[in-house]
Amino acid sequence: MAPAPSSTSSAVTLNINGEKHRLTVDHRTTLLDALRERLDLTGTKKGCDQGQCGACTVLVDGRRAVSCLNLAVAAEGREITTIEGMAEGDRLHPVQQAFLDLDGYQCGYCTPGQICSAIAVIEEHAAGWPSAATDDVRPEAGPPPLTPDEIRERMSGNLCRCGAYVSIVQAVTRAAEAHEASAGDEGTPAETVKGAAA
Amino acid sequence: MTTATSGRTRLRGVVGTAHTRVEGRDKVTGAARYAGEVPFADLAHGWLVLSTVARGRIRAVETGPVLAMPGVLAVLHHGNAPRLVTDYAGLMGMTPDPTAAVFQQDRVPHVGWPVALVVAETSEQAREAAEALVVAYDEEPHDTELTTDHPDAHPVGGVMPAETGKGDLAAGLAASAAVVDEEYTTPEEHHSMMEPHAATARWDGGRLEVVDSNQGTTWIQGELASMFSLDASAVRVRSEHIGGGFGSKGLRAHQVAAVMAATELQRPVRVVMTRRQMFSLAGYRSPTAQRVRLGSDADGRLLALEHRSLSRTSTVYEFVEPSAGVARVMYDADAHHTANHVVPLDVPSPTFMRAPGEAPGSFAIESALDELAERLGVDPVELRLRNEPEVGPVSGLPFSTRNLDACFREGARRFGWAERDPRPGVRRDGRWLLGTGTAAASFHSGAGPSTATVTAEADGGFTVRISAADIGTGARTALTLVAADALEVAPERVRVRIGDSDFGPAMIAGGSMGTRSWAWAVTEAAGELRERLALGVTVPPEGITVRSDTTAALGALAQKERHSFGAQFAEVAVDTATGEVRVRRMLGIFAAGRIVNPLTARNQLVGGMVWGISMALHEEAVRDRTSGGLYAPDLAGYHVATNADVGDVQADWVDDADPDDPVGIKGVGEIGVVGAAAAVANAVRHATGVRHRHLPIRPDRVLSAAGTNGERRS
Amino acid sequence: MREFGYQRADDVSGAVALLAADPDARFLGGGTNLVDLMKTGVERPARLVDVRELPLDTVEATVDGGLRIGATVTNSDLAAHPDVRRRYPALTQAVLAGASGQLRNMATVGGNLLQRTRCGYFTDLSRPCNKRAPGSGCSAVTGEHHNHAILGATDHCVATHPSDMGVALAAFDAVVTYETLDGPGELPLADFYLPVGDTPHRETALPSGALITGVTLPPAPVAARSRYRKVRERASYAFAIGSVAAALDIEDGVVREARLAFGAVASRPWRAHAAEAVLTGAPADGDTFAAAADAELAAARPLPDNGYKVTLMRNLAVAVLTELAEEAAR
Repeated sequence: MAPAPSSTSSAVTLNINGEKHRLTVDHRTTLLDALRERLDLTGTKKGCDQGQCGACTVLVDGRRAVSCLNLAVAAEGREITTIEGMAEGDRLHPVQQAFLDLDGYQCGYCTPGQICSAIAVIEEHAAGWPSAATDDVRPEAGPPPLTPDEIRERMSGNLCRCGAYVSIVQAVTRAAEAHEASAGDEGTPAETVKGAAA
Repeated sequence: MTTATSGRTRLRGVVGTAHTRVEGRDKVTGAARYAGEVPFADLAHGWLVLSTVARGRIRAVETGPVLAMPGVLAVLHHGNAPRLVTDYAGLMGMTPDPTAAVFQQDRVPHVGWPVALVVAETSEQAREAAEALVVAYDEEPHDTELTTDHPDAHPVGGVMPAETGKGDLAAGLAASAAVVDEEYTTPEEHHSMMEPHAATARWDGGRLEVVDSNQGTTWIQGELASMFSLDASAVRVRSEHIGGGFGSKGLRAHQVAAVMAATELQRPVRVVMTRRQMFSLAGYRSPTAQRVRLGSDADGRLLALEHRSLSRTSTVYEFVEPSAGVARVMYDADAHHTANHVVPLDVPSPTFMRAPGEAPGSFAIESALDELAERLGVDPVELRLRNEPEVGPVSGLPFSTRNLDACFREGARRFGWAERDPRPGVRRDGRWLLGTGTAAASFHSGAGPSTATVTAEADGGFTVRISAADIGTGARTALTLVAADALEVAPERVRVRIGDSDFGPAMIAGGSMGTRSWAWAVTEAAGELRERLALGVTVPPEGITVRSDTTAALGALAQKERHSFGAQFAEVAVDTATGEVRVRRMLGIFAAGRIVNPLTARNQLVGGMVWGISMALHEEAVRDRTSGGLYAPDLAGYHVATNADVGDVQADWVDDADPDDPVGIKGVGEIGVVGAAAAVANAVRHATGVRHRHLPIRPDRVLSAAGTNGERRS
Repeated sequence: MREFGYQRADDVSGAVALLAADPDARFLGGGTNLVDLMKTGVERPARLVDVRELPLDTVEATVDGGLRIGATVTNSDLAAHPDVRRRYPALTQAVLAGASGQLRNMATVGGNLLQRTRCGYFTDLSRPCNKRAPGSGCSAVTGEHHNHAILGATDHCVATHPSDMGVALAAFDAVVTYETLDGPGELPLADFYLPVGDTPHRETALPSGALITGVTLPPAPVAARSRYRKVRERASYAFAIGSVAAALDIEDGVVREARLAFGAVASRPWRAHAAEAVLTGAPADGDTFAAAADAELAAARPLPDNGYKVTLMRNLAVAVLTELAEEAAR
C-alpha cells in the first residue's frame, strides 16, 4: 500500500505523542490526513480542511496549529501532540476532565480541537501573551487576567456549531484556575465532579 | 410560580438529575469514532464531482484521461451508473430528493449537482482526478432569484396545510386601534455541522453494510434498500457517533454514491463531502420573504392577524419552509390567515434545518409583535400575555400544556425586565448603545413509533438496544437515565447501544421528537422487564430480553396541541459608528416538558439560543446572480457565531411535564433557536431606535440604517 | 491538488537556488494560505521549497531604535515580542486581530505580506477572475462585492488585500528585505504592492524568484502611542470589512506627527497620506479628524453595494484618532 519514495513522495519519521512513526507520504498528504488515514489517530477531526474551523487542532512543538494546513512531509522533526496524547494513562488531562464535567461539548466533533486549543491557551496566557481582547498590550501593562472575554477571544479559532461556547468557557476557566493553583506543584489530581451541573 | 432546574421532583430516580455524558470520556480523549474514522482493509476513496453550471445538460464526461491517472479505479456518472428506484415513498411518505439519487440523468438542475464520482486508491489521488475530470455541458438560462412577485409561486403544504384562514381580515384591520403591516426577510442559511457527511459502504457476506453519519439508521437503511431494490434485512446501517446534524444528515448523495462504487468495485468505498460540497449537497434553509399584518384594539388584543411566507425550492424536489405556521399555535384573532408559498428555482434542494418554519417565522411575527407593542405603548411582555389563547387558534384543540405565561413572568423577573425604560436609543456605555428585547417561542412536540429491546444480562447488568441517534443531544445519556428509572436500578448498571439499524425501527433524531420517542419505547420495554424480573426468575446466560413497540400507544393519544414554549430575552450593545452588534446576555425560560438531564438539556437550549444569535447577526449564504452558485461557500465566507460572539447566555425552565407522556418529556432540540433572533433584533431596535427587518443585522445594514450613508444592500 | 516535489532549504542562498531551478516552484512558509489555495486549485506548484527552518526567525532591535523582523518569525511571536508591544503596539494589535491562535502560530511575516485576496471569485475556479486568470474578467464588479475595495481599484479587479499586520506595517514605513540569485535587495512597503491597473495578477514588485528575508521598521517614536481597530462581520476569526492603524504625537493640543493606514479597502494596505497631511500641525480635535478622514476618502470610488465602507472608514478613523487623543490627554 505504501508507495516507495519518489520525487512526489518522501519517507518521513513523524514524532507523535512521543512515538516515532516511519512512513512514506505523498507530499500532498496533510498532517491531518496522515494522522487519520495512515496512523489511525482519528481523534484529530476534519471539519473544513481549510483552516476555517479549528477541529483539526494539534500541538506542534508545544504550540497549537491546524493540522489540515500542515503538510505531513513538512512536519518531520517536529513534536506533534494530538488529543490521544493528552491523558496520562487513565487520568484525564485537567482540561479534558473539565470539558467532561461541565459538558463543554455536544456532538463532540470539535471537542478534541477545542481541548488541544484550550491546553495551549492556558500556556500562552501563562507566558504573558496578550490577545485581541487585551485592552493594553504594552509589556508594562502586565499580563491580562484570563477573564471570560479573554477566553472567548482566544478560543475563537475553534468553531462549535452545537453552540456549546458557554460551557466551553466554563471548562477552560476551571482548568486554568486549576493550572494556576497547581503551578509548580505538578501531580495535582484533576478535579472531578461526577455529574455536576454547570 | 415555581421553577425547578431538576424537572418534576420524585422521591427517587435519576431522571431530572444532572449526569455527564456516558460517552463523554470517549469524546474528550478522541477515542469516539465518527463515520469516516472506522478502519476498513482495502478501502478505496470516492470523490464527488459537482456541476459548475446552474441549468443545462451534461454533453460529455471525459473519463478516459482520468482513468489513466495514478490510482484511479473508476469514474461513475449518469452514463454508466446503475439505475435506481426513486418512486417509492420514503420518510413521511415523500419520494426521495433526486439530489441523493445520483447519476440517473443528464439534466443539471443547479450549481453543485453531483455529476460524477471518482474512486481511487488514496484520497489524494481521488481528489486530483476529480479536479481533472472534464465535464462538458449544454448550458441553459437559469433563474435563482426569489422575488415576492414570482409567477411560479404557489401554496405548498408538506407537514402542515399550506393555508389556513378564518374571519374578515380587512374588517379586522379597519377596526383596529393600531396596525402593523411589514415585510421581513431571512437569507439562505446552512446547517454547517462540524462533521462533514461521510459514509463507507461495503458488501459483507451478501449484506450491504454502510457506516454513515446520519440522524436515523433505519431511515437510511430503508431508503438504500428501496433505491437499490434490496430487502431491508440485507442492508445494515451503523452510525455510532454523529458530529451534528440539525436536519441535514438524512439521505444524501454520499451514501448512494458509496454504495454504487462499493457494488461496482466489490471493495469498501468511503465518500466524504468536502466542506464546500456540503454547501450544495447537504440541504439548507431556504431564504424567506414574509409579510405580517397585525391589528389590535387599544389594549393590544389582536383583532386581525395575517402571516404569509414565501420560500424557494429546487426544480427537482418540493420542500416548503413553513414559516407562517408559527401563528397557528401562538396567537389568535377573529380574522386569522396564514399561508406558505413556494417558488421552484434553479437552486439546490432545501431541507429541514433546526426549527424549520419556526426559526424564520418567529423572527417575522415576534418582530411584528414588538412593533405593535411600540405603536400601542404597551410593554412587549404584557402584549404577549394579553394574547395568550385558550385553545389552538386554528385547530380549536386544547393545549397539552402551555405555560408560556409562566416563562414570561419568570424570565422577566430574572432578566430585570421591570426596570426597562421603553424609550429607544437612550442607554450608552462608551461607544456602545444598549438595548433589551424579548420574544416568544414555540416548537411542536411529538413522538414517532419506535421499537426497543431491553435485556437483563446474567451478570446483573442491563443492555438497551434502540436505533436511536445521538447527534449531540445527549440522547444516549438520557436514555440511560430513563432506562435506569424504569428498571429501578442505578444507571451504572445500564448500557445503552444505539445507532445500528439491526436494532429495529425507531424514530429519527428530528423534529425535537427523538428522545421522547425513544424514551417511550425504552420505558415500555424496561417496565415490562422489571415486572418479569420481580417474579424472581433466574436470568439465563443469554439473558432475558423484552421488546417494545410504541406504535399502538401513540395511535391512541388524544388529539391536542402539543408544543414546547419559551420566553427569550436579549441585551445587545450596538456601535452605530461601525455597525458592530454584540449580544451581551441572553436568558431563555422554557416550558419544554420534563427535563431528563439538566446538564445536557441546558446545553442544548443554550446552543439553540446561540443559533439565534448567529442567525440574527451573522449567517447568510450569498448566491451569485450570474452563475447561480454560492459566493465563497466555506466557513470563512459563511459566518457562524464564534466563541467571541456569545456573551452570557443562560437557559432555564419551568415545571411543565407532559401528562400524556410516560416520562413527561416534550423535547428541547429546537425550541432554543425559536424567537431568539427576534429578541436580538428587538433589542437592537431598543438600543438604536432602528428596526431591522432583514437578517442578518450586518454592520453595513446598521450603518446604512443609522442614516449616515445612502447606500443600501438588501 | 497535483503531485509536487518538496525540498527543505537549509540556508537563504540555497532556498533561492532551489526555487530558481523550477519555474513552477513556490516557497512554503507557514502554509496557511498557500496550502489552502493548493486545495482549491488556485495554486498548482510543481515543487515546494520549505523555508520555515531558515534562520530568519528573530526580532532584533536596531541601534537606531527600530526593529528588524525575520521573515519566518511567526505572527504569534511577533505579536508577543516585548519590543513590538512597547514600540509599535498597533502592530501587535493588528497581528492579534487576524485569523486565530492556531493560524498565528503557523503564519509567518513573509507569508503574511504575500497572502492572496479572499475574494470569493478568486477561489472559485469556475468563475472569471482577472487576478487568477488574466483577461477572463472580474466577476465581483457586477456580482457580490459588499466587502470589496473602495480605493485604488479598477474595473479589472476590486479585490482587497486581507492582511491586518500589513496595515500596521504600512503605517510605520516598513521596508521589505529580500534575497535573489543576484544578491540582496529591499523595497519600502509603499512600493512593494503594485497598482491594480489592468494587471491585477501582478501583485508585488518583488523580483522574480526573490525570497523575502525580513521586514525592517525604522524608528518611529510616534508609534509608541498607536492603535489598531478592526471591524468584521463577527467578533473574531474573520477578515476585516474595514480596519485602521493610527498613531498620534500630540503636543499642546496640536498634532505634531500622525500615522494612518486603512485595511480592507484596497488591493494593498492603504497608507492614508492625504489624511496625515491634514492632521499634521492641526488641532487634535474631532473636526480635524473628520476632515482628515474625508480628505483620504475623497478618492473613494465605491461600487453599488460597498458604499457603506466610506462611512465605516470615516467613522472608524475618527474613533481611533479620538481614542488616541484622549489617551494623550490623560
